[in-house]
Amino acid sequence: MYVAVKGGEAAIRNAHKLLADRRRGDRDVAPVQLDQIVEQLSLAVDRVMAEGSLYDPELAALAIKQARGDLIEAIFLVRAYRTTLPRFGYTKALETAQMQIERRISATFKDLPGGQLLGPTFDYTHRLLDPELAVDAPIETPGQRDEPEVFTPRVTDILGHDGMIEEDGELPEGAVAGDLTREPLTFPLERDLRLQALARGDEGFLLGLAYSTQRGYARSHPFVGEIRIGEVEVELEVAELDFPLTLGTIRVTECQMVNQFKGSAKQPPQFTRGYGLVFGQSERKAMSMSLCDRALRARELGEDITATAQDEEFVISHSDNVQSTGFVEHLKLPHYVDFQAELDLIRRMRAEHERNRLAGVETKEAAE
Amino acid sequence: MSDTPLLKVRDLSKFYGSRIGCQNVSFELWPGEVLAIVGESGSGKTTLLNCLATRLAPSAGSVEYRMRDGQFRDLYRLSEAERRFLMRTDWGFVHQNPADGLRMTVSAGANVGERLMAIGDRHYGNIRATATDWLGRVEIASDRIDDQPRAFSGGMRQRLQIARNLVTNPRLVFMDEPTGGLDVSVQARLLDLLRGLVSDLGLAAIVVTHDLAVARLLSHRMMVMKDGHIVETGLTDRVLDDPQAPYTQLLVSSILQV
Amino acid sequence: MTDLATYNFAYLDEQTKRMIRRAILKAIAIPGYQVPFASREMPMPYGWGTGGVQVTAAVLGPDDTLKVIDQGADDTTNAVSIRAFFQKVANVRVTTKTAEATIIQTRHRIPEAQLQAGQILVYQVPIPEPLRFLEPRETETRKMHALEEYGLMHVKLYEDIARHGHIATTYAYPVKVEGRYVMDPSPTPKFDNPKMHMSPALQLFGAGREKRIYAVPPHTEVVSLDFEDHPFEIQTFSQPCALCGAKGSYLDEVILDDKGGSMFVCSDTDFCEDRQAKGHRGALAADTAEAAE
Repeated sequence: MYVAVKGGEAAIRNAHKLLADRRRGDRDVAPVQLDQIVEQLSLAVDRVMAEGSLYDPELAALAIKQARGDLIEAIFLVRAYRTTLPRFGYTKALETAQMQIERRISATFKDLPGGQLLGPTFDYTHRLLDPELAVDAPIETPGQRDEPEVFTPRVTDILGHDGMIEEDGELPEGAVAGDLTREPLTFPLERDLRLQALARGDEGFLLGLAYSTQRGYARSHPFVGEIRIGEVEVELEVAELDFPLTLGTIRVTECQMVNQFKGSAKQPPQFTRGYGLVFGQSERKAMSMSLCDRALRARELGEDITATAQDEEFVISHSDNVQSTGFVEHLKLPHYVDFQAELDLIRRMRAEHERNRLAGVETKEAAE
Repeated sequence: MSDTPLLKVRDLSKFYGSRIGCQNVSFELWPGEVLAIVGESGSGKTTLLNCLATRLAPSAGSVEYRMRDGQFRDLYRLSEAERRFLMRTDWGFVHQNPADGLRMTVSAGANVGERLMAIGDRHYGNIRATATDWLGRVEIASDRIDDQPRAFSGGMRQRLQIARNLVTNPRLVFMDEPTGGLDVSVQARLLDLLRGLVSDLGLAAIVVTHDLAVARLLSHRMMVMKDGHIVETGLTDRVLDDPQAPYTQLLVSSILQV
Repeated sequence: MTDLATYNFAYLDEQTKRMIRRAILKAIAIPGYQVPFASREMPMPYGWGTGGVQVTAAVLGPDDTLKVIDQGADDTTNAVSIRAFFQKVANVRVTTKTAEATIIQTRHRIPEAQLQAGQILVYQVPIPEPLRFLEPRETETRKMHALEEYGLMHVKLYEDIARHGHIATTYAYPVKVEGRYVMDPSPTPKFDNPKMHMSPALQLFGAGREKRIYAVPPHTEVVSLDFEDHPFEIQTFSQPCALCGAKGSYLDEVILDDKGGSMFVCSDTDFCEDRQAKGHRGALAADTAEAAE
């Protein structure tokens, strides 16, 4: 006797209960607190904020906890929340030249105004597992030096003085930067929208593409002009006030990649830029973004488009991990109606094939 | 031949930056006439062909085409829809490399039938019959109709490309080195076939070639190009037998007499 | 802790709904044309019906009665999940009965029962572009639609016939709407294509990840692409539904054992239950089987 499969609701309810149980794990182990995640897994929090496009460490920590540490799931949670938030307005462009710098390095100049600052980096650590971290060994408080504040100009501004590097791109008169969360993307894109898409793009995807440009697929001869990490003020222009309102500060990572450019009929040879800007601390993402940005400027700079990293439709259409994971994972939803149609077709075609084969045998026999 | 030209070209120029592609080219093409554009590589003949076929936008000049309704239209002022329609009905373009003009992963029959389907033919049997007929006309056995061009030899691919172009009875066909890259014996057969088709169908054609033998066999009239300019133009036999321009004399004397 | 905002009726804020409604109106005005819209991130994954959910959210009112089906059934997990979502965020009446619903959101099927004027059928669409697998580029397919260059579509059908003797597309079978735009009917089996033609109901299609909305207004011509001498045909089943005995409905194959035993039952569960309630019985219906025991 056949009983139709029922009880989807009960199954879902039970599955969610089990999920909650597994999320909590062994009840004898203390539950992880959001402040622990914010303080001690801060780079995971940064990634969720960056790709979730929402600067809120506490919410990101909650998302990480809720997602059991699955960062793409956490990014998805943050995005689904972010999309419901009302828009008050658009802030002014960040003045990264005014950044309160914690780390700042340049691969192009040995010494430069403001100096080089290593900051809290994994660079030059030996990747040896540290048993000390397994126990709660005390951590020394880093020393602090009081120094007069120095202005730390951006390396690209220094290069820009004698026209060695192209100027920062400018929007045409009266143009307003696009917002990919409010308007549908239509290709080809302008750079503002492209950078937005890259900024929220999947770190792994962009890393792979950036790597491909270094291996000859759209080679751009890049140099790290500058990477800086630190706090910048976020300012909003309010119609009633004649000065911008400071909303607070956020931590960002900025990467200015400097690339060779041989010049064209219209332009003299000069360096060009690839730009990366990411919430929080993530050099890998900012550098990958800047390499991809430069590769995607091929059309604008009149370069041949030969590699994947230069293919705007390909890169931007597949860089968003919330979209990618949804569509890849949707394959586990039932498809049995379509499958039934295919099953029926294959059966029919196999029957035809068999008939033709038998007919062939007969003709052959008759001929013999 | 009709007393009205099919194509009127006026002062056509194409520059790549400061480099000349072709400059100040003017001529007329008459219905049923085959015009060869000859010259060595880099002479601008392919640039000129691509401008005429609207595959490239010229820097200056105009090209007017007499549409089927008898009206002359400036090709560069046609809308994209009109231009695309023209290209898949009244025109053909035979590429030197057949892979550029064929769908390599689609059967020979569909390659020939595509243009018919594009203009609204919706009868499978008729499309297939027409495709079979055209394969026969270009000497491809009808039992190859369901094979993909990937399985064809170079000569067969080129003949398939020709069939694909001619199936809508175009009035004008552009050919870019149609026999280039083929063996000599295969070339001869293809030229023979082309000559027959062009005269049977009363096609007008513009053939770009570096091979004077091709020009001799196919064309009524020829233009000799050097450094982006036309250096000589005239009836093919006259130009080849009695070249006037020093460059043409050099070109003709440098090859075996054909 | 950050206070989570309470959600608006049907989840989306009114601004967003207005934007989606504008896209829907445009889609209705140009039947079969894919209207780009600023698809939002939804609380369910892309590819799981976010387009359909946004369209439903934009047209749903407090007086509506909602039905959600996946593969024709109301009790498949994703249908249950989407129905529960709207009960939670809009508190609307829900039903499994096709005739009672004012809005039906569907994935992969069109209900067997004839839809009525005033009803809206909302399709979840994964890939809205019927030309996508012939031409991957959006910039190029847009041009092909604009110039009505659909020859390539028939090349594919031609190849099917040349290779198999018949058209081998079984679902997501392309249609031409009102003699102009070629449209993907979403991955419904081609069995359902004729139901779209001249339907008195409004049909809306939402693709969230691909950010497109398109529509077939009531009483619009929807023609499946074919050749004159190889006309479009729908699937037929050699046996009636084993539960309700219906002939001419779309059937799911249910595997009964590991020895190749299977039975065929209606994929539209409401249709099947309705028939059984009216006394129709198939060969393996529960009470028939019990009586036989």
